[in-house]
Amino acid sequence: MNKNLYGFAALFKTPDEIIEAAKKTAEAGYQKYDIHSPYPVHGIDRAMKLKASKLGFITLVFGLTGSAIALLLMYWTMSVDYPMIIGGKPFFALPAFVPITFELTVLLATLATVIGMITFFFRFPENDHPLHDTEYMKKVSCDHYGLVIEAKDKLFNETKVRELLNSLRPLSIEEIYYPEKETYPVLETKFVTFLILIALLTSGVTYFALNKLLYMQPFTWMMDQPKLNPQKQSTLFADGYGMRAPVKGTVARGFLPYPFTGQNAPTDVLLNPYLPTKENLQLGEQKYLTFCSPCHGNFGDGDSRLRGQFPNPPSLHSTRAREFSDGMIYHIITNGQNVMPSYASQITREERWAIVNYIRVLQRAKNAKSSDLQVVNKETGTNASN
Amino acid sequence: MHIDYSQEAPAVAGRLTLSQIEELVARPLDTKPDRKYFIALSISGSLLLLGAICLGISFYYGIGLWGNNQPVGWAVPIVNFVFWVGIGHAGTLISAILFLLRQKWRTGIARFAEAMTIFAVICAGIFPVIHTGRPWLAGYLLPYPNQHSLWVNFTSPLLWDVFAVSTYFTVSLVFWYIGLIPDFATLRDRTTSKVKKTIYSIFSLGWRHSSRHWQHYEKAYMLLAGFATPLVLSVHTIVSFDFAVSILPGWHTTIFPPYFVAGAIFSGFAMVVTVLVFVRKIFNLENIITLDHLEKMNKVILATGMMVGYAYGMEFFIAWYSGVQAEQFVFINRAFGPYAWAYWIMVSCNVIFPQLFWFRKFRRSIPVMFVIVILVNVGMWFERFVITVTSLHRDFLPSSWGYYKPTFFDMGILLGSFGLFFTLVILFTKSLPVVSISEVKAVADGAQPTHRGGHHE
Ligand code: HEC
Repeated sequence: MNKNLYGFAALFKTPDEIIEAAKKTAEAGYQKYDIHSPYPVHGIDRAMKLKASKLGFITLVFGLTGSAIALLLMYWTMSVDYPMIIGGKPFFALPAFVPITFELTVLLATLATVIGMITFFFRFPENDHPLHDTEYMKKVSCDHYGLVIEAKDKLFNETKVRELLNSLRPLSIEEIYYPEKETYPVLETKFVTFLILIALLTSGVTYFALNKLLYMQPFTWMMDQPKLNPQKQSTLFADGYGMRAPVKGTVARGFLPYPFTGQNAPTDVLLNPYLPTKENLQLGEQKYLTFCSPCHGNFGDGDSRLRGQFPNPPSLHSTRAREFSDGMIYHIITNGQNVMPSYASQITREERWAIVNYIRVLQRAKNAKSSDLQVVNKETGTNASN
Repeated sequence: MHIDYSQEAPAVAGRLTLSQIEELVARPLDTKPDRKYFIALSISGSLLLLGAICLGISFYYGIGLWGNNQPVGWAVPIVNFVFWVGIGHAGTLISAILFLLRQKWRTGIARFAEAMTIFAVICAGIFPVIHTGRPWLAGYLLPYPNQHSLWVNFTSPLLWDVFAVSTYFTVSLVFWYIGLIPDFATLRDRTTSKVKKTIYSIFSLGWRHSSRHWQHYEKAYMLLAGFATPLVLSVHTIVSFDFAVSILPGWHTTIFPPYFVAGAIFSGFAMVVTVLVFVRKIFNLENIITLDHLEKMNKVILATGMMVGYAYGMEFFIAWYSGVQAEQFVFINRAFGPYAWAYWIMVSCNVIFPQLFWFRKFRRSIPVMFVIVILVNVGMWFERFVITVTSLHRDFLPSSWGYYKPTFFDMGILLGSFGLFFTLVILFTKSLPVVSISEVKAVADGAQPTHRGGHHE
């Protein structure tokens, strides 16, 4: 059997001896050697002439990265992407950002230190190292101290190394060999079956969770609540209806009776309580355009946009319409007229009067007199007749 | 009795050799659990089951089953949360702060205390997640790009909590694991069972006690301790912000952060002593977790208990000195109102009884310390109860005053959290070394070189 030598391992019983051994080995100029002890022995770094650990740099870099990520994330979300005033604080509320910045700094720094140490400095996991499963490893794991000089070292020479080790008077010297190549049973049927089973199980569970479980109680996003929805039946009431009519004689908030019906023009009773101020007219314009313009046209000409699907109304600029009192138009909006329906439920009383005022404006604009032009000229400072 | 104070007591008593230490610590892992173990496990398991059932019912029918309602909207769930986070703090204090202070006596108890930290934070983490009654929606706590284009509120203390507690858990876990790596390697090399060996090999990552590795390892341990120290202070500070940053009389006080941190260490040490008293007896670890260690912990309990007592007094002083009527009302109501019973339980358990620790005899008596630490645990739960409930139950509108009572489900979930904690502790004692083998070896007599002939500065 052709074995590949890894190195020579010597065991010692006391910490003093191992410090001595480390010193001697370092002085002899060996580079690829190592000391093993069940716990860190004080002063061994100096004896081995090791340089200080550079691990701290990883910590620093990743710690600062953590702070930067936290601050940038909070700045971007709270001040740029979705700025919102919370508790009267500025969008970039630095004091309030301190806790999370600190936590992310610590989190990233520790994780980076540990992962960096394990993967980069130790090159772990390494369970196939030649030292594993040796008598030597068992001893240094418990209560011995060991020195290994690797065959890879430039100065390695079997007799010389033996001489050096013997001069240190160790308990024993062991030859360590590389393990024979291991085969990895990854493609075994057993393993492949195992993988397929796991895949099936995962997809099954995912399917069940997303398509079934999420629609079961209590995961239903509060879709199912013990309350009565409109039009639903209820066993609570004798008549079986879920919806209840208000108690007889209930008056809705803001309700005012409107006693006039049909063509009975209550002209002398209904007086416009609103002056045609700018605000009032703007409100009237807005409501007119929303509710009346589809049939009566944007300027009251009766040019309906309904393309004959509804009888065209007459123009609001007819003499008849111009001679309507304010109360009459209000009455028509409230009550409807022939095919025109009532708008009482959509338009409030104030809005109705505002529309009336606005219709007056339209009517006046379509029937302007030449004297009006003078007023306009005076106000705009131009001479429109030119 | 004559005591020589010029000589530090040895960290490991009984002049144990290295292999004896290892043997002692590893024995529970090599032997089959006995009847007592299963009895303990079944008790804690039953509590856990009770909690799980109460939780399940709460999720199904909704959290209306709990006692909190207007005006006490925050009650037992947050009390339990703060209580458990506090318990966790002792572990980090022992493993990180005492490490930086070069306290050798910490080695015997650090591993156990760290484990308790992790378990306690797990218990604590349950409550914020369940208190909405919809724990499966907890993902919304994290800032992630979503179709509502909404972000979490980074200026809210409750979100700081999310980050603080999850960072704390992760860092504690990593710290704990790092400490375990050399022990896994030692266990790997001494076990004869093939299955165990595989498991230990995987977790040891192939550690081989190399001095070139120890060098980085010690550095990393120190860096981690350096981070864990401000972290542990920040966590309970942030927990206290949940209250202090609000503007409610009784909560809105600047003393909260240090007061909460002291209270956390206080309760955490009490819990560690509670458990260690049993562990050292059951697993014959009296030489590693010595009476000296327990006495030192009792001193910390005494000191932090006094700090907490000071904070109680200072809150009353400020209520009077500030001249804010609402504040004064809250505190008088706290001590003499409907919840006076809870207040005085808190004061007597946290401030009065621990004074017995001024006497060396009581500090070193196992039965006395056991009773006191149990009282401290009770007192510290009540402290959080008093802070939360008494500040809320009589708010600014007398017509909406109320008297909060936890329901069966509230209490069932609290017991369940104890069940979870002790189940994890019990499982831990049989599956991992409860004492750090490599660290204790390092402080044993004769473990470090004498540097004869050399010089050691
Ligand atoms: C659905 C289409 C429609 C809408 C919308 C509508 N109307 Fe009419 N309106 C009519 C029709 C059709 C008539 C003619 C009714 C008839 O035959 O007497 C009419 C008649 C009128 C008259 C009487 C004209 C006259 O000479 O007899 C007035 C005034 C009037 N509408 C005002 C309004 C106002 C104000 C609104 C907005 C609130 C409005 N209408 C909305 C269809 C509409």
